[in-house]
Amino acid sequence: MSHIPSNLKYTTTHEWVRQESDGTVTVGITDHAQAQLGDMVFVELPEVGRKLKAGEECAVVESVKAASDIYCPLDGTVAEANATLVDTPETINQDPYGEGWLFRLTPSDNLDQLMDAVAYAELEAAVE
Amino acid sequence: MSELARTPLYDLHLELGAKMVPFAGYEMPVQYPAGIMKEHLHTRAQAGLFDVSHMGQVRLAGAQAATALETLVPVDVLDLGLNHQRYALFTNDQGGILDDLMITQAGDHLFVVVNAACKEQDLALLRTLEDRCEVKELSDRALLALQGPQAAQAMARIAPELNRLVFMTAARVEIQGTDCFVTRSGYTGEDGFEISVPAEQAESLARALLAQPEVQPIGLGARDSLRLEAGLCLYGHDIDTQTTPVEASLLWALSKVRRADGARAGGFPGAAVIHRQIAEGVTRKRVGIQPEGKAPVRDGATLVDNDSQPIGAVTSGGFGPSIARPIAMGYVTTAQARVGTELQALVRGKPQPVKVAKLPFVQQRYYRG
Repeated sequence: MSHIPSNLKYTTTHEWVRQESDGTVTVGITDHAQAQLGDMVFVELPEVGRKLKAGEECAVVESVKAASDIYCPLDGTVAEANATLVDTPETINQDPYGEGWLFRLTPSDNLDQLMDAVAYAELEAAVE
Repeated sequence: MSELARTPLYDLHLELGAKMVPFAGYEMPVQYPAGIMKEHLHTRAQAGLFDVSHMGQVRLAGAQAATALETLVPVDVLDLGLNHQRYALFTNDQGGILDDLMITQAGDHLFVVVNAACKEQDLALLRTLEDRCEVKELSDRALLALQGPQAAQAMARIAPELNRLVFMTAARVEIQGTDCFVTRSGYTGEDGFEISVPAEQAESLARALLAQPEVQPIGLGARDSLRLEAGLCLYGHDIDTQTTPVEASLLWALSKVRRADGARAGGFPGAAVIHRQIAEGVTRKRVGIQPEGKAPVRDGATLVDNDSQPIGAVTSGGFGPSIARPIAMGYVTTAQARVGTELQALVRGKPQPVKVAKLPFVQQRYYRG
């Protein structure tokens, strides 16, 4: 069973979202997603300042096996991308909810539309 | 959807924690808990055990078997020495490749191994030879591959007599009291063995091999990255009915004796096309592709020249764990096929610099005695 922190919000496409105190949100992929994708070898992140719509393809993570699109969880503007992943994409496998975060967003949406941990756990259970 | 078949090692795969996926009509392990990267590196450093029981094993028997099989492949089967193995291709009338296969002269029969995805087609093709030889699918046998630089020392504890085999030779041996047919070959670029074993004894043999300290189970994911690093073709990707052996840079596999000036020239489907291509050259060729950046360039990516003109496409691509870089293979126009030629691959619409590279990406380490 994968790890699903209760303080985060989730999307149906296996991204997690964390509200930060400065009003931005941090986005990554879930433990379930990293385990399914396998060993990460490449990450393509959105540019800072790029305006994104919820559901828009905004990043790519590639494992040995395949490339997978990352969908923006909310409308907003990219505030920061996790540049350390460029050289160490395996951080996503090692610490998906911590050092393996993908980007930060200044959202123009609120997080209420996203799933909580309980709903996401049910979704995971349904796809297993 | 039709039911997926299972190999005799299905329960063992589950016990080992494999992630099972559909592949060529079978439920197969794509990876074990270690993951593709570790499995790949383990095989290059020590030894890996692969279940390749989904592949087709066929026995051709009778005095005319070799002569008959030569009508389907551009390869010398008649002069294949006892217990010697050879790589071959089934061709069609256009010179395209129907499948690639391994042929071993086992004395009283030819032992043939074909790809899982092409098994039904290949069996139908082989059955057209039934007026000249007996054709029997060995569906009651499993096939295990033990690959890696320490495969021989692990195998030696179970079947010491196999150490005398060299690359592309075979032996019929008793392992754990079971009649096995073993070839020293594989699909990783490493030294190793492929063991044809009766289905009911496959699990105990697999457990005996996995009990050796060098050996870990390896899934199809690492099998693919290992063969790509070794520059080996995957049927349906790097070779298919739209590619000829000459275009596929498999000239080495076309036996001299079956070429236009050979003693048994032609006599296989597409001989005229293939002989003409050998004489006159081809307009495109399979080459190695080395991406310059970090982004993997995958199957289907278009290759363009410096004027942005499409000149080819990638047919296999991914990440090479042993060299920690993306690697690929594909077809380019012959004019652009020279090693070092700078091209661009279109990845998600964006051009990424790549170079035509020498194959294999990782040196093959076969045991030649």
